[in-house]
Amino acid sequence: MSLRGRRALFLVSIPVALLVLVAAFAGLPDFGNYSGVYGRALNLIAVPQRHATDVVTAVNFDYRAFDTMGEEFILFAAVLGLAVVLRSMREEHRRASHEADEEHKFDEPSSLLRAFGVLLVGPVLVIGLYIVSHGAITPGGGFQGGVILAAALLIVFLAGEYLAMKFVAPHALVEFGEAAGAGGYVLVGFGGLVFAGVFFKNFIGLGDPAHILSAGTIPISNGAVGIEVAGAFVLLWTEFLDQALVIRGK
Amino acid sequence: MISFLPYAVAAWLIAIGLYGIVTSNNLVHLVVCLSVVQSATYVLLLAIGYKTGGQAPIFADIPVGTTAVDPVVQALSLVDIVVEATVTALLLALAVQAHKRFGSIDPDDLRPLAG
Repeated sequence: MSLRGRRALFLVSIPVALLVLVAAFAGLPDFGNYSGVYGRALNLIAVPQRHATDVVTAVNFDYRAFDTMGEEFILFAAVLGLAVVLRSMREEHRRASHEADEEHKFDEPSSLLRAFGVLLVGPVLVIGLYIVSHGAITPGGGFQGGVILAAALLIVFLAGEYLAMKFVAPHALVEFGEAAGAGGYVLVGFGGLVFAGVFFKNFIGLGDPAHILSAGTIPISNGAVGIEVAGAFVLLWTEFLDQALVIRGK
Repeated sequence: MISFLPYAVAAWLIAIGLYGIVTSNNLVHLVVCLSVVQSATYVLLLAIGYKTGGQAPIFADIPVGTTAVDPVVQALSLVDIVVEATVTALLLALAVQAHKRFGSIDPDDLRPLAG
Protein backbone atom coordinates (compact mmCIF):
# COMPACT_ATOMS: atom_id res chain seq x y z
CA MET A 1 0.00 0.00 0.00
CA SER A 2 1.28 3.50 -0.79
CA LEU A 3 2.38 5.88 1.93
CA ARG A 4 -0.57 8.14 1.17
CA GLY A 5 -2.99 5.22 1.41
CA ARG A 6 -1.54 4.05 4.70
CA ARG A 7 -1.71 7.54 6.17
CA ALA A 8 -5.33 7.97 5.08
CA LEU A 9 -6.28 4.62 6.57
CA PHE A 10 -4.52 5.59 9.80
CA LEU A 11 -6.25 8.97 10.06
CA VAL A 12 -9.64 7.33 9.53
CA SER A 13 -9.13 4.52 12.05
CA ILE A 14 -7.17 6.18 14.86
CA PRO A 15 -10.10 8.31 16.13
CA VAL A 16 -12.09 5.10 16.59
CA ALA A 17 -9.22 3.46 18.49
CA LEU A 18 -8.77 6.57 20.63
CA LEU A 19 -12.49 6.62 21.40
CA VAL A 20 -12.25 3.06 22.71
CA LEU A 21 -9.19 4.03 24.77
CA VAL A 22 -10.92 7.07 26.27
CA ALA A 23 -13.95 4.92 27.16
CA ALA A 24 -11.62 2.44 28.88
CA PHE A 25 -9.65 5.13 30.70
CA ALA A 26 -12.90 6.70 31.93
CA GLY A 27 -13.41 3.60 34.08
CA LEU A 28 -10.05 4.02 35.82
CA PRO A 29 -9.68 5.77 39.18
CA ASP A 30 -8.65 9.43 38.95
CA PHE A 31 -4.90 10.04 38.98
CA GLY A 32 -3.71 9.98 42.59
CA ASN A 33 -6.74 8.09 43.91
CA TYR A 34 -5.37 4.58 43.57
CA SER A 35 -7.53 2.13 45.43
CA GLY A 36 -6.13 -1.31 44.59
CA VAL A 37 -6.17 -3.81 47.43
CA TYR A 38 -3.07 -5.86 46.56
CA GLY A 39 -0.65 -2.95 46.50
CA ARG A 40 -1.89 -1.65 49.85
CA ALA A 41 -1.75 -5.12 51.41
CA LEU A 42 1.76 -5.80 50.10
CA ASN A 43 3.02 -2.45 51.39
CA LEU A 44 1.84 -3.49 54.84
CA ILE A 45 2.95 -7.13 54.94
CA ALA A 46 6.14 -7.31 52.84
CA VAL A 47 8.46 -6.12 55.61
CA PRO A 48 7.02 -8.24 58.47
CA GLN A 49 6.45 -11.30 56.27
CA ARG A 50 9.52 -11.35 53.99
CA HIS A 51 11.90 -8.94 55.77
CA ALA A 52 12.35 -7.14 52.42
CA THR A 53 12.20 -3.34 52.66
CA ASP A 54 12.00 -2.84 48.87
CA VAL A 55 8.46 -4.02 48.20
CA VAL A 56 8.91 -3.83 44.41
CA THR A 57 11.69 -6.42 44.58
CA ALA A 58 9.69 -8.51 47.04
CA VAL A 59 6.83 -8.59 44.53
CA ASN A 60 9.09 -9.52 41.60
CA PHE A 61 11.21 -12.16 43.30
CA ASP A 62 8.89 -13.60 45.91
CA TYR A 63 5.16 -12.91 45.62
CA ARG A 64 5.16 -13.28 41.85
CA ALA A 65 8.50 -15.04 41.40
CA PHE A 66 6.88 -17.59 39.10
CA ASP A 67 5.78 -14.84 36.68
CA THR A 68 9.24 -13.33 36.78
CA MET A 69 10.59 -16.69 35.68
CA GLY A 70 8.42 -16.45 32.57
CA GLU A 71 9.59 -12.90 31.88
CA GLU A 72 13.18 -13.93 32.42
CA PHE A 73 12.79 -16.56 29.73
CA ILE A 74 11.25 -14.02 27.33
CA LEU A 75 14.52 -12.12 27.74
CA PHE A 76 16.50 -15.33 27.28
CA ALA A 77 14.55 -16.30 24.16
CA ALA A 78 14.85 -12.81 22.65
CA VAL A 79 18.64 -12.79 23.00
CA LEU A 80 18.83 -16.37 21.75
CA GLY A 81 16.75 -15.35 18.73
CA LEU A 82 19.05 -12.39 18.14
CA ALA A 83 22.10 -14.67 18.20
CA VAL A 84 20.42 -16.97 15.68
CA VAL A 85 19.37 -14.11 13.38
CA LEU A 86 22.83 -12.55 13.47
CA ARG A 87 24.82 -15.79 13.23
CA SER A 88 27.60 -15.39 10.74
CA MET A 89 26.97 -16.88 7.34
CA ARG A 90 29.52 -19.21 5.84
CA GLU A 91 31.21 -16.65 3.60
CA GLU A 92 31.06 -13.99 6.33
CA HIS A 93 32.91 -16.23 8.71
CA ARG A 94 35.89 -16.57 6.42
CA ARG A 95 36.07 -12.80 5.95
CA ALA A 96 36.25 -12.01 9.67
CA SER A 97 38.55 -14.85 10.63
CA HIS A 98 41.70 -12.78 11.15
CA GLU A 99 41.15 -11.30 14.61
CA ALA A 100 44.15 -8.99 14.34
CA ASP A 101 42.67 -7.48 11.19
CA GLU A 102 39.35 -6.91 12.95
CA GLU A 103 40.85 -4.42 15.33
CA HIS A 104 41.78 -2.01 12.57
CA LYS A 105 38.22 -1.65 11.41
CA PHE A 106 37.08 0.30 14.49
CA ASP A 107 38.51 3.77 14.95
CA GLU A 108 40.99 4.26 17.78
CA PRO A 109 39.40 5.86 20.86
CA SER A 110 40.51 9.43 21.58
CA SER A 111 42.84 9.86 24.57
CA LEU A 112 40.06 11.66 26.49
CA LEU A 113 37.62 8.77 25.95
CA ARG A 114 40.32 6.30 26.91
CA ALA A 115 41.14 8.16 30.14
CA PHE A 116 37.51 8.56 31.21
CA GLY A 117 36.77 4.97 30.30
CA VAL A 118 39.59 3.63 32.46
CA LEU A 119 38.38 5.83 35.32
CA LEU A 120 34.76 4.68 34.91
CA VAL A 121 35.12 0.90 34.63
CA GLY A 122 35.82 0.33 38.34
CA PRO A 123 33.07 2.58 39.78
CA VAL A 124 30.47 1.30 37.31
CA LEU A 125 31.32 -2.30 38.22
CA VAL A 126 30.99 -1.49 41.94
CA ILE A 127 27.66 0.32 41.42
CA GLY A 128 26.39 -2.66 39.45
CA LEU A 129 27.33 -5.11 42.19
CA TYR A 130 25.84 -2.79 44.82
CA ILE A 131 22.54 -2.50 42.94
CA VAL A 132 22.30 -6.28 42.46
CA SER A 133 23.18 -7.16 46.06
CA HIS A 134 20.95 -4.54 47.72
CA GLY A 135 17.88 -5.35 45.64
CA ALA A 136 15.81 -6.42 48.63
CA ILE A 137 16.65 -3.30 50.66
CA THR A 138 16.75 -0.23 48.37
CA PRO A 139 15.59 0.33 44.78
CA GLY A 140 17.44 -1.99 42.46
CA GLY A 141 17.89 -5.68 41.92
CA GLY A 142 19.08 -8.16 39.34
CA PHE A 143 17.45 -6.58 36.29
CA GLN A 144 18.73 -3.05 36.89
CA GLY A 145 22.12 -4.07 38.29
CA GLY A 146 22.69 -6.57 35.48
CA VAL A 147 22.37 -3.82 32.87
CA ILE A 148 24.88 -1.67 34.80
CA LEU A 149 27.33 -4.59 35.02
CA ALA A 150 27.04 -5.08 31.27
CA ALA A 151 27.66 -1.34 30.80
CA ALA A 152 31.00 -1.70 32.55
CA LEU A 153 32.09 -4.13 29.83
CA LEU A 154 30.80 -1.80 27.14
CA ILE A 155 33.07 0.89 28.60
CA VAL A 156 36.01 -1.51 28.21
CA PHE A 157 35.15 -1.65 24.53
CA LEU A 158 34.73 2.13 24.21
CA ALA A 159 37.96 2.98 26.02
CA GLY A 160 40.10 0.14 24.78
CA GLU A 161 39.78 -2.26 21.96
CA TYR A 162 37.23 -4.73 20.82
CA LEU A 163 39.75 -7.49 21.45
CA ALA A 164 40.19 -6.23 25.03
CA MET A 165 36.46 -6.66 25.62
CA LYS A 166 36.52 -10.11 24.05
CA PHE A 167 39.46 -10.94 26.32
CA VAL A 168 37.62 -9.81 29.48
CA ALA A 169 34.37 -11.42 28.37
CA PRO A 170 34.94 -14.32 25.96
CA HIS A 171 31.87 -15.32 24.00
CA ALA A 172 31.64 -18.76 25.60
CA LEU A 173 31.86 -17.33 29.13
CA VAL A 174 29.15 -14.74 28.42
CA GLU A 175 26.86 -17.39 26.96
CA PHE A 176 27.52 -19.67 29.91
CA GLY A 177 26.83 -16.81 32.35
CA GLU A 178 23.52 -16.03 30.70
CA ALA A 179 22.41 -19.66 30.73
CA ALA A 180 23.68 -20.26 34.28
CA GLY A 181 21.82 -17.18 35.54
CA ALA A 182 18.57 -18.33 33.93
CA GLY A 183 19.05 -21.86 35.24
CA GLY A 184 20.06 -20.65 38.70
CA TYR A 185 16.82 -18.72 39.03
CA VAL A 186 14.82 -21.85 38.23
CA LEU A 187 16.92 -23.80 40.75
CA VAL A 188 15.85 -21.34 43.46
CA GLY A 189 12.29 -22.21 42.52
CA PHE A 190 13.00 -25.93 42.78
CA GLY A 191 14.70 -25.30 46.13
CA GLY A 192 11.37 -23.98 47.36
CA LEU A 193 9.64 -27.06 45.97
CA VAL A 194 12.03 -29.48 47.64
CA PHE A 195 12.61 -27.77 51.00
CA ALA A 196 9.35 -25.90 51.56
CA GLY A 197 6.91 -27.86 49.42
CA VAL A 198 5.92 -24.97 47.11
CA PHE A 199 7.69 -23.78 43.94
CA PHE A 200 9.59 -20.55 44.72
CA LYS A 201 8.55 -20.58 48.38
CA ASN A 202 11.26 -19.15 50.62
CA PHE A 203 13.29 -21.96 52.24
CA ILE A 204 16.12 -20.18 54.08
CA GLY A 205 16.31 -17.85 57.07
CA LEU A 206 14.88 -14.36 56.65
CA GLY A 207 17.51 -12.35 58.58
CA ASP A 208 17.04 -8.81 59.86
CA PRO A 209 15.19 -6.34 57.60
CA ALA A 210 17.47 -3.86 55.78
CA HIS A 211 20.46 -6.15 56.33
CA ILE A 212 22.36 -7.26 53.23
CA LEU A 213 21.76 -10.93 54.04
CA SER A 214 18.03 -10.66 54.58
CA ALA A 215 14.77 -11.47 52.80
CA GLY A 216 15.48 -15.18 52.34
CA THR A 217 15.85 -16.36 48.77
CA ILE A 218 15.29 -12.89 47.24
CA PRO A 219 19.02 -11.90 47.15
CA ILE A 220 19.90 -15.29 45.60
CA SER A 221 17.28 -14.86 42.86
CA ASN A 222 18.53 -11.30 42.33
CA GLY A 223 22.09 -12.53 41.89
CA ALA A 224 21.02 -15.16 39.36
CA VAL A 225 18.96 -12.65 37.37
CA GLY A 226 21.79 -10.11 37.57
CA ILE A 227 24.21 -12.60 35.99
CA GLU A 228 21.68 -13.52 33.34
CA VAL A 229 20.81 -9.94 32.39
CA ALA A 230 24.48 -8.87 32.31
CA GLY A 231 25.30 -11.87 30.12
CA ALA A 232 22.33 -11.22 27.86
CA PHE A 233 23.24 -7.57 27.24
CA VAL A 234 26.95 -8.26 26.65
CA LEU A 235 26.02 -11.06 24.26
CA LEU A 236 23.65 -8.73 22.45
CA TRP A 237 26.31 -6.02 22.06
CA THR A 238 29.02 -8.39 20.87
CA GLU A 239 26.64 -9.84 18.27
CA PHE A 240 25.98 -6.34 16.88
CA LEU A 241 29.68 -5.42 16.99
CA ASP A 242 30.55 -8.63 15.13
CA GLN A 243 28.02 -7.62 12.50
CA ALA A 244 29.65 -4.19 12.23
CA LEU A 245 32.94 -5.95 11.57
CA VAL A 246 31.42 -8.18 8.91
CA ILE A 247 29.76 -5.22 7.17
CA ARG A 248 32.89 -3.03 7.31
CA GLY A 249 34.95 -5.95 6.05
CA LYS A 250 33.03 -5.95 2.78
CA MET B 1 -7.35 18.63 35.01
CA ILE B 2 -4.41 16.73 36.48
CA SER B 3 -6.69 13.78 37.22
CA PHE B 4 -6.78 12.62 33.59
CA LEU B 5 -3.62 14.17 32.14
CA PRO B 6 -1.37 11.08 32.60
CA TYR B 7 -3.96 8.91 30.81
CA ALA B 8 -4.09 11.46 27.99
CA VAL B 9 -0.29 11.23 27.69
CA ALA B 10 -0.53 7.43 27.45
CA ALA B 11 -3.17 7.64 24.72
CA TRP B 12 -1.14 10.26 22.86
CA LEU B 13 2.01 8.07 22.96
CA ILE B 14 0.07 5.13 21.50
CA ALA B 15 -1.42 7.29 18.73
CA ILE B 16 1.78 9.12 17.75
CA GLY B 17 3.82 5.89 17.89
CA LEU B 18 1.32 4.06 15.68
CA TYR B 19 1.38 6.98 13.23
CA GLY B 20 5.16 6.62 13.05
CA ILE B 21 4.91 2.87 12.42
CA VAL B 22 2.29 3.28 9.70
CA THR B 23 4.12 6.01 7.79
CA SER B 24 7.68 4.79 8.41
CA ASN B 25 10.10 4.40 5.52
CA ASN B 26 12.99 3.16 7.65
CA LEU B 27 13.08 -0.06 9.68
CA VAL B 28 15.19 1.47 12.48
CA HIS B 29 12.73 4.37 12.74
CA LEU B 30 9.92 1.82 12.83
CA VAL B 31 11.48 -0.05 15.77
CA VAL B 32 11.94 3.23 17.67
CA CYS B 33 8.27 4.06 17.05
CA LEU B 34 7.31 0.69 18.50
CA SER B 35 9.29 1.62 21.63
CA VAL B 36 7.28 4.85 21.81
CA VAL B 37 4.04 2.85 21.71
CA GLN B 38 5.34 0.57 24.43
CA SER B 39 6.39 3.47 26.64
CA ALA B 40 2.68 4.30 26.88
CA THR B 41 2.33 1.19 29.03
CA TYR B 42 4.86 2.51 31.56
CA VAL B 43 3.05 5.84 31.81
CA LEU B 44 -0.31 4.10 32.18
CA LEU B 45 0.90 1.56 34.76
CA LEU B 46 2.66 4.12 36.93
CA ALA B 47 -0.25 6.57 36.65
CA ILE B 48 -2.73 3.94 37.82
CA GLY B 49 -0.64 3.10 40.88
CA TYR B 50 0.01 6.67 41.98
CA LYS B 51 -1.43 7.89 45.23
CA THR B 52 -1.44 11.61 46.04
CA GLY B 53 1.29 12.27 48.60
CA GLY B 54 2.41 8.65 48.50
CA GLN B 55 6.01 7.69 49.15
CA ALA B 56 8.05 5.21 47.12
CA PRO B 57 7.23 1.66 48.35
CA ILE B 58 10.66 1.30 49.98
CA PHE B 59 10.41 0.92 53.74
CA ALA B 60 14.14 1.06 54.51
CA ASP B 61 13.90 4.52 56.07
CA ILE B 62 10.17 5.15 56.41
CA PRO B 63 7.97 3.18 58.83
CA VAL B 64 5.67 0.45 57.55
CA GLY B 65 2.17 1.87 57.20
CA THR B 66 3.25 5.15 55.60
CA THR B 67 1.12 6.00 52.58
CA ALA B 68 3.00 4.63 49.57
CA VAL B 69 2.27 4.16 45.89
CA ASP B 70 1.39 0.73 44.48
CA PRO B 71 4.41 -1.63 44.24
CA VAL B 72 2.71 -4.12 41.92
CA VAL B 73 2.50 -1.80 38.89
CA GLN B 74 6.08 -0.69 39.51
CA ALA B 75 7.24 -4.31 39.47
CA LEU B 76 5.35 -4.81 36.21
CA SER B 77 6.88 -1.78 34.50
CA LEU B 78 10.34 -2.91 35.63
CA VAL B 79 10.25 -6.26 33.83
CA ASP B 80 8.41 -4.57 30.97
CA ILE B 81 11.40 -2.27 30.38
CA VAL B 82 14.00 -5.07 30.39
CA VAL B 83 11.99 -7.30 28.09
CA GLU B 84 11.30 -4.38 25.75
CA ALA B 85 15.01 -3.60 25.50
CA THR B 86 15.88 -7.13 24.36
CA VAL B 87 12.93 -7.43 21.99
CA THR B 88 13.96 -4.09 20.44
CA ALA B 89 17.45 -5.55 19.96
CA LEU B 90 15.97 -8.62 18.26
CA LEU B 91 13.96 -6.41 15.87
CA LEU B 92 17.05 -4.32 15.08
CA ALA B 93 18.92 -7.55 14.31
CA LEU B 94 16.20 -8.40 11.80
CA ALA B 95 16.67 -4.93 10.29
CA VAL B 96 20.42 -5.60 9.91
CA GLN B 97 19.73 -8.86 8.09
CA ALA B 98 17.04 -7.24 5.92
CA HIS B 99 19.56 -4.62 4.86
CA LYS B 100 22.08 -7.32 3.97
CA ARG B 101 19.53 -9.23 1.92
CA PHE B 102 17.76 -6.39 0.15
CA GLY B 103 20.28 -3.55 0.37
CA SER B 104 17.62 -1.25 1.84
CA ILE B 105 15.92 -0.60 5.16
CA ASP B 106 12.78 0.84 3.62
CA PRO B 107 9.93 -1.56 4.51
CA ASP B 108 8.44 -0.93 1.05
CA ASP B 109 11.53 -2.44 -0.58
CA LEU B 110 11.23 -5.72 1.28
CA ARG B 111 9.97 -8.53 -0.92
CA PRO B 112 8.61 -11.89 0.13
CA LEU B 113 11.40 -14.38 0.73
CA ALA B 114 11.60 -17.05 -1.93
CA GLY B 115 11.35 -20.44 -0.25
